[in-house]
Amino acid sequence: MTLRLRIGFMPLVDAALLVAAADTGIAETHGLALELVRDVSWSNLRDRLHVRLLDAAHMLAPAAIASTLGIGGVTAPMAAPILLNLNGNALTLSLRRFEEMARVATGDLADPLVSARALATLVSARKASGLPPLAFAAVFGFSCHTYLLRDWMALGGVRLGEDVRLEIVPPVRTVEALASGEVDGFCAGAPWNTLAVEAGVGAILHCGVDLIPDLPEKVLAWRADDVERRGEAVTRLNAALIEASGWVSDDANWPSLARLLAAPDRLAAPAALIEAILRGDIIQGGGRPARQVPSYIRFDAAAIRPDPAHADRLLAAMGRAGQVVVTPDLTERARAVFGPLLMESAER
Amino acid sequence: MTSDIKILVVDANPIRAAIIEEGLREAGFGAIVQVSETKGLVAAIGQHDPDVVVIDLENPSRDALADMFQVSRHVRRPITMFVDQSDAAQIEAAVEAGVSAYIVDGLRKERLKPILQTCISRFNAFAKLREELDEVRSQLDDRKLVDRAKGIVMRLKGLGEDEAYALMRRTAMNEKRKLADIARSIITAAEVLK
Repeated sequence: MTLRLRIGFMPLVDAALLVAAADTGIAETHGLALELVRDVSWSNLRDRLHVRLLDAAHMLAPAAIASTLGIGGVTAPMAAPILLNLNGNALTLSLRRFEEMARVATGDLADPLVSARALATLVSARKASGLPPLAFAAVFGFSCHTYLLRDWMALGGVRLGEDVRLEIVPPVRTVEALASGEVDGFCAGAPWNTLAVEAGVGAILHCGVDLIPDLPEKVLAWRADDVERRGEAVTRLNAALIEASGWVSDDANWPSLARLLAAPDRLAAPAALIEAILRGDIIQGGGRPARQVPSYIRFDAAAIRPDPAHADRLLAAMGRAGQVVVTPDLTERARAVFGPLLMESAER
Repeated sequence: MTSDIKILVVDANPIRAAIIEEGLREAGFGAIVQVSETKGLVAAIGQHDPDVVVIDLENPSRDALADMFQVSRHVRRPITMFVDQSDAAQIEAAVEAGVSAYIVDGLRKERLKPILQTCISRFNAFAKLREELDEVRSQLDDRKLVDRAKGIVMRLKGLGEDEAYALMRRTAMNEKRKLADIARSIITAAEVLK
């Protein structure tokens, strides 16, 4: 019998496995009818999952941990029996700040250490002349974007949240916030960085992989108590996503995948631009040529395997960002979010 | 008696915001502030120092609002989300209605309940209104279709207006289809056979 599942997603390139499973017929071959529901905020996805208006949701890996541990005011335990991707983020500066940074850089800006030091120079120059601090945006507090920003700035001795303001801006507003000068830079997933460059308001400084490679970005989240109760549905969806991962990783399918993602009820973004992102051809802006970035975003079989070690890395990043004090108990609970057991049963 | 609880309503839809405010006033809450622009949200929260913040789920800035409370940079008093404060049925009703609330830590949950209840029923009332409006619009479209089809039947079969209408009604009933569907078929057929 076909199982019907409602899955919430945000319009981002890393919803690719969900879109591929739902829109190519892969889900049907695994006895599933998937209804993908587009949403506007991670908080909504978490709440809709919690009250079971959704069966599963596209979720930021750190948000799944935070929600499970109850840090940040909400406790809604989740389990991530499979990941949806690794990487996929980039750090974009407004053209003005990019040019300023290029002027003060002592070396190649493509080197994160050089760029972070250039940022430090700008930060202290602004402080000395009484200018307001720079502002950088992430799309959610508990996100790899926050940690990438924080850890990159730390290379130059700049403290995010103290020397530089951190703003939370929804992805749909990132380009506008950069254009208006509300923020000086942002870290977000695809396609938002590319869109900012295309719009002529930003320059991509670093891709996520340049800063911290293979960070677990999005997971497929279920309510923790549903994972056991609805084992059959979880196993089938895992199997469908594993097959989708094979399809999505085959470069012959990128033009079709880009068209599916571009649809008005999916990302509603130009297919050509999405296809370039899938190929890892990243336009940089700021007068530099496009760059080929291997593993800019990873959907392969190894990438989507849940691993408790992911929890260790993310929890450590959350600790460095001052969001949590890491204890053995928290570590154990966070590791349980990425249990590999169900994945193994889907592979069988 | 008017409650002294200060409520900030964040809603990009001014009509719905007005409906919610009216509902809350009727329920005895006098201190209500409306914000439609999320840009000035931080300032508004700092200025009004609300006990409860209500936000519609269609607003993409909800994540920004949540973060504002988490880090307490912008608010004097720690604020938590309602899910930890109210019962499961009410959370479900709120999320389904499309509304969320954040409350100041320490506000007794009994005090939040009527506020959330009012918002839920007003959100639902607004959704119903919107549905009815869509319904009226589609009914108007249907009527236009039926009128056009009726004209075709009158012309082709040499019938009067009432007779043509009666014929279409009868056909719809016999075929267990809606009158508008029959009208659509007639118009299509007439265009094909033109």
